[in-house]
This record gives sequence, C-alpha cells and structure tokens, in this order.
Amino acid sequence: MALSPLNQRRWRNFRRNGRAFWSLLIFSVLFGLSLFAEFIANDKPILIKYRGDFYTPIFHFYAETEFGGDFQTEAIYRDPEVRCLIDSGGLEQCFDDPEGIIAQIEAGTFEADGFERGWSVWPLIPYSYNTSVDRPGAAPLPPNGQNLLGTDDTKRDVLARVIYGFRLSILFTLVVTGAASLIGIFAGAIQGFFGGWLDLIFQRVIEIWSATPSLYVIIIMFAILGRSFWLLVALMILFGWTGLVGVVRAEFLRARNLEYVRAARALGVGNMTIMFRHMLPNAMVATLTFMPFIVTGTIGGLASLDFLGFGLPSSAPSLGELTLQAKQNLQAPWLAFTAFFTFAVMLSLLVFIFEGVRDAFDPRKTFS
Amino acid sequence: MSLLDVNNLKVSFRQDGQVSAAVKGVSFTVDRGETVALVGESGSGKSVTALSTVSLLGDSAIVEGSVRYDGDEMIGASENKLMGVRGNDISFIFQEPMTSLNPLHTIQKQMAESLALHQGVSGQAARDRIVELLTKVGIRDPQDRLDSYPHQLSGGQRQRVMIAMALANKPDILIADEPTTALDVTIQAQILELLAELQKSENMGMLFITHDLGIVRRIADRVCVMKDGEIVESGVTTEIFDNPQHPYTRKLLAAEPSGQPDPVDMDAEEVARTDHLKVWFPIQRGFLKRTVGHVKAVNDASLKVRAGETLGIVGESGSGKTTLALAIMRLIASEGGITFRDQDVRRWSTRELRRLRKDMQIVFQDPFGSLSPRMTCMQIIAEGLAIHKVDPHRAPRDLVAEVMTEVGLDPAAMDRYPHEFSGGQRQRIAIARAMVLRPKLLVLDEPTSALDMTVQVQIVDLLRDLQRKYGLAYLFISHDLKVVRTMSHNVIVMRNGDVIEMGAAEDLFENAQTEYTRELIAAAG
Repeated sequence: MALSPLNQRRWRNFRRNGRAFWSLLIFSVLFGLSLFAEFIANDKPILIKYRGDFYTPIFHFYAETEFGGDFQTEAIYRDPEVRCLIDSGGLEQCFDDPEGIIAQIEAGTFEADGFERGWSVWPLIPYSYNTSVDRPGAAPLPPNGQNLLGTDDTKRDVLARVIYGFRLSILFTLVVTGAASLIGIFAGAIQGFFGGWLDLIFQRVIEIWSATPSLYVIIIMFAILGRSFWLLVALMILFGWTGLVGVVRAEFLRARNLEYVRAARALGVGNMTIMFRHMLPNAMVATLTFMPFIVTGTIGGLASLDFLGFGLPSSAPSLGELTLQAKQNLQAPWLAFTAFFTFAVMLSLLVFIFEGVRDAFDPRKTFS
Repeated sequence: MSLLDVNNLKVSFRQDGQVSAAVKGVSFTVDRGETVALVGESGSGKSVTALSTVSLLGDSAIVEGSVRYDGDEMIGASENKLMGVRGNDISFIFQEPMTSLNPLHTIQKQMAESLALHQGVSGQAARDRIVELLTKVGIRDPQDRLDSYPHQLSGGQRQRVMIAMALANKPDILIADEPTTALDVTIQAQILELLAELQKSENMGMLFITHDLGIVRRIADRVCVMKDGEIVESGVTTEIFDNPQHPYTRKLLAAEPSGQPDPVDMDAEEVARTDHLKVWFPIQRGFLKRTVGHVKAVNDASLKVRAGETLGIVGESGSGKTTLALAIMRLIASEGGITFRDQDVRRWSTRELRRLRKDMQIVFQDPFGSLSPRMTCMQIIAEGLAIHKVDPHRAPRDLVAEVMTEVGLDPAAMDRYPHEFSGGQRQRIAIARAMVLRPKLLVLDEPTSALDMTVQVQIVDLLRDLQRKYGLAYLFISHDLKVVRTMSHNVIVMRNGDVIEMGAAEDLFENAQTEYTRELIAAAG
C-alpha cells in the first residue's frame, strides 16, 4: 500500500525524531521477541529427536509413554528420567541411574542393547513462567548462572516471568486500549455529531458511569465469576472507554459546522458516512494525542491491581505481582530492581514512541 | 534618510529540511507622512515582508538583508530593543478583527496593557487616554464601551478598536495588513477614510498591505507591486495606475470581472421559487426556555429563478443571504413555500430529499474549508456519484476526469490532496464536485470572495460558460457588487433578513430605489 503524501510527511517527521524512532525500534525488537516467549523461556524443548522421529513438545502433547516411560500424563521434560529416556532411545536402565547414563552418553562411552542416540534442543532459559526451579535453598533465591535474575518467593525463574509478563502487559494494553478507544471514539462521534438532547443525556450517563468505583466492581465480579484474564480485560474496557469520549466529542462538535461537512450534506451523503469518512480522520489527531495516557494508564492499572492482589490469577506472569513480592521480600533486592527497570523501560519506550507520533501528526510543527 | 528603509530583504522558510524562499530581495522606503502600499496576490510575500520588519516571524524563518528604522538596524537586533520598537514606534493592524482581540478581556483592559507597557501610564490617566483614543477612531459613547467585550462590538467597531490600540503609543509607522478585507463594503469605506485621516493628523508613515487595487488608488501615495517575492514595479500611485510598465501590473489592473450574462429564454422553465420564506430562530430565556422572541434571519423572502438565469443575492454580512440559500436547499428548517421544478419540496422527508440533492448543489465561499483535507481530489468529486448513481455504467474515474477537464483542471492531478492545489484550483474542485451530478440549480455562496482578483475573473468566466452549456440556474450570493453585476439577470438586496429591493440587474444598478442599495453601489466604487 502506497502511503499518501500526508502520511509520508508524518513518517519523515517521525523518523527525524531520533528518540522516538529508536524507541520504536527497541520496543519492536523487545515485543517481537516476547511474542515468541515460548521459544525463549520454556520448560519444554523446542525440538526432540527420539528414535529417528522428530517431536515438537511446544506445539503438541506427548505422553511420557511415547518416550518409553510409565505415565500416561504429559512428559515432564526437565526430569532426569525423561531426559535420559529421550537421549538413550527409551532404555529401561534410565529408571535406575538416569544422571549416570546421561553423563556417559554425553561422554560418548555409553553402550547398550537398543541404544539409539537422541537429542533435544532447549530454549535459552529452560524454565517457563510457572516452572518451579530445582535449586536448593530457601526462596527467593539470588541470581546465579542458573537463574540470571534469581527466583521469586515460590522458586520461579524471575527472568522467564519478566519475559512473559512483558508480553502479557503489552497484549493486555493493546486489547484494552484498542477496544476502549473504538467504543470511546464511536460514542464521542455520535454525541458530538448529533449534539442536543442526545449529547446532554449521554454526558450525564458518562458522568455517573465514570463515578462508579471500578475497583469494587472488579473485586465483586472476581468473587462471583472467578479470576480470569478475559474477565479483567472486559472490566477494564467497561470502565476505560469514557476516557476518549470528551476529546472526540469536542472535535466533532467543532467539525460538524465546517464547510466540507456542510458540502457533504448538500451532496446527500448519509450521516454515518459523513461521520466516519469526513470527520473522523480530522478528529484522529486529537485522539492520538490522548493515546499515550491511555496506554500507560492501562499498564499501570493492571500492575496496581496485581500489586493489590485483585488482578490476574496468581499463576499468571504478572509484573505487578513481582512488585508485590519485592515489597514483601526486602531482603531480596533483585526482585525490586527487576520490577523497577522493567516498568521504567517499558513505559519510557511507549511514552517516547507516542510523543513522536503526536508530533509527527501535528501539522504546525516543523522539523529542521 | 527615510524613516523605514528596507534594503534587499530576503526571507525564506525551512520546512522538512527544505528551504523555500518567500521574499527574494525587496527594497523600499517609507517616509513620515506618506502611505506606501504593498500590492500583490496571495503568496506574493507581502505580509511576510511586513512582519519581518520587526522580526515577528517564527523560528523557521531565515531573514537576510537590512531593515533600518530611523537609522537603527532591526534585523539581528536584540529582543529587548525589538520589544521597545514593536507596538511603540512601529504598530500593526491585522486583517481579522475577530481574532486579533482577546475575547476574554474588556476593551479597556486590552488597551491599558499596551499603554502600561510602553508608557507606564495606568489608572485614571490610562482611562482618559483610552477614551481619547476611542473618540479619535470614531467610536460612539466611548465611556460606555470601555467595559465591553469584543463580541459585543461589530466587525467595524472591533477594527476601530484595533486601530486605536495601534495608535495608543503614537507610533511613527503604522503597518496595516489587509485591515479592511474582512469587513463589509460600506464599513470598508469608513475604515479607509479613518486611516487616511489619522495618518495625516498624526503625521505617521503608513505601510498598507492589500490585494485590492481599488483601495490602493484611494489611499496610497506610492505603491510597490509584488509578485512571487519580488517587487516588480514601484512608483507614485497615479503614475502606476495611468501608465503601468510591467506586464503583471497591467494584468492586475485589467483583472476586473466584466461582461454581461447571456439573455434568458422567455419560456425557460422555472427551476425554483419560494413564497414568503421565513427562517426564524427562537430566542429562549429562563429556566423553562420560554420563547421570548425570534431572530429573524430571513423574513418573508419570495423569489424565483429560471433555467439559465442567475439571481444575485446581495447584502452585507448578517443580512441573511446565506441562510436564505441554505433554507432553499433545505439544509436548515424554514417556513413558507419552497417549490423546486413544480414540486413542493418543503415537506419532503430526508429520504426524498436525497433525490433533490442531485438537482440542487452548492459551492461555498472558502475553498480551503469546503474540501475535506484528508480526501483526494478524485474521492471528493466522486463522492456524490455513488450516492446518486449517476451514469452507473461508466467508471467513476472517467466521469471525474471529464468534469475536471470541463472546469479547467488537469485530470492527471486527480489523486492529489486539496492542500496541493491553489485557491482558485480548489474552488474549481468544489465546482466540479457540484457539476458532476449535473444539477439544475447551483447555489454559489460567495464563490469568488476568497480568491485573488485575477482568479476571480477566471472563475466568473467558468461559471458563465457552464451556465450557457447546461442551462443552469444560479443563486449567486455575494457582497461584491461588481461580480454580481457581471453575473446576474435579477438581483435581490437583503438587509437584516428583509428583502428590501428586487428587480432586473440593470434597472437596479442604474436606478436604485432605496438609500441602502445606493450606499452599497457607491461603496463598491
């Protein structure tokens, strides 16, 4: 798709804003990587070769019996027995001395009947966000070679949780911001375009709506329906859409008396077409200016709910929960540092990007 | 030595890494007690020249050359020095009296600010001085006006206040940037008279910027004609007008709409008529919103227009001429009869009205505001095609190309955005948007008043051609009687919502019945 000259100019302006452009690059790389978190931090291998066949445990369910084990349940790939079974091609001896056999296989000195060399490719971090780390000592454990950022107070790898938590925060924000903006823009457009009684009534409804204590509603709904990601998304949208209404409404109130809108009406163009083809593109700049506040607000909202313990289920990889743990375990400063830097980097990048977008859309701003 | 001496002034603007020159080496002088006019069409760099004399341009401007005020170099002067000169020695009057005054402050407060700043006058002394100034610029009952807010004054009064503010510090030079363009013709004449009078009595130098040669002839001692950032000709006003040397000056002087509308067939079909049309807006007061009166925007207007005929509607701003046109197009509610091609359309529903839209189109005054800035020329023109299913067997692009050629635009420019066209071209796009539907009636709401004179002439010619070709009926709304005279068969004159005079154009111009019409004709020159 070719960019219109206007958009080309905006892109040029954005490019010229070094801070925003580099923030966008860094953020894209980080977010792109986190989208493939399963391949970076997981307690399952990416690829297994077992008796001449390839297996992809990330995508498929394999029972332990497939690798010559005893249980019908999913193979626990981190167990020495399972690792030994895979490496050796399913030898019975693995149940007696798995570690010894693995060591021999790796040294290349193992010989036995029915031995067939197998291998597995592991992600960089061999833990998922909910894997318990098998390390001696009392949690939280400090960073070492095995857990680069240490573990939290239930012995889960902090780095793995940060990667998944980053992705969850961003996706949550994208969904909530996207949906809330759509509803907000639509509601604001209707109010601003038609004005009059409709506007008056809706404004009062919105005033009452935004005065509702959303935290209580979230706690009550969680108590009734149980905690879940999508319920939280729905509730955040339910209370978040009012943010944009005012801006869009004001833009539409202003634009509805402009001459090109009148000209469109004189052509017999329908109301919806006028609203969304003629007026909305011009209201978008004001809307975009507001976006960074909504995005950072949503990330902050999710984190604070988690921090208070009213957010996502406790197994979910949540940065807010990490912050809560940091507060409860002051003797483990790596938790606090990790949480702080993750939030600082994430929010700064987003704010810089949106600042650049806003300036690029500003027709009065020139860049030399 | 002259009071203001501009020597080889160059101004260019940086944008998107490119530098574009706006003023390319301009030299002129202004002496005490004389009026110098800078004339040129939009984009010729006349305003930029004026603003750069006291460094009022933004950061993106690069100014070179020399501007000397009373021997002192202004370009590159310190901000402190410039602030002392601005508003004190060199004062400005801008075009838009609506926006040059702060709507939240009273007249007294705004004027006192400048007095306190440059003269340190305050309290009763300042008040007396303000009253004196307001009297000088011809504001009646200045005592009562001190606590007025800008919106309580008319456009002409606001411009008088602006002039009073400019005079407050007894400036040596007054720079007036199109000070009368936004005003009605009769008010224009008064303001020009006032400026000329003040310039004499205060013995100021005046730099007068305008695109209107009629004004130049009336007010200026010397004139500089600007084109594309250069002064192409300068000299004493009478000489330039009597004996222009440069072809551009000749073109400007010749650019006056001329000619006559084509005669209409006696048995031409009647396209639209109104019977006692009224548009009254209720004034509501109090908690229960009782209607205590009406603003009579249009009061009892009866008119008719036939195919191939132009009905001119003239009047000053606020006289209800645009409201009348919008009511005929049923874009606003009204009372009384509206007949369009023998059908009573006043009670038609929204759905039925859509059929009407095809036959009735409108072209607005502002070619910048009436085109959606985020749609291409093609999208803008083709929008009506899909709604009204005009010629559905042909590709919209072909139809758009055809109509663009017809209005004198290059079809190759179809995919450009409005901001890439000039004002005249945009007005052509607006005309193409209306014409593509092949309407029977075209409402032209001041279609030429935002355009340069040379472009105005072209648009008038285009409109006459289209009328001849398609037998269009025009409702031509304008405050510019010269244009109306060249376009219209019949004319109605409106004032405060009332039709005060109507008749055949020739009769009306030669033999006006009311004082008001005579005043309008006289002011138009």
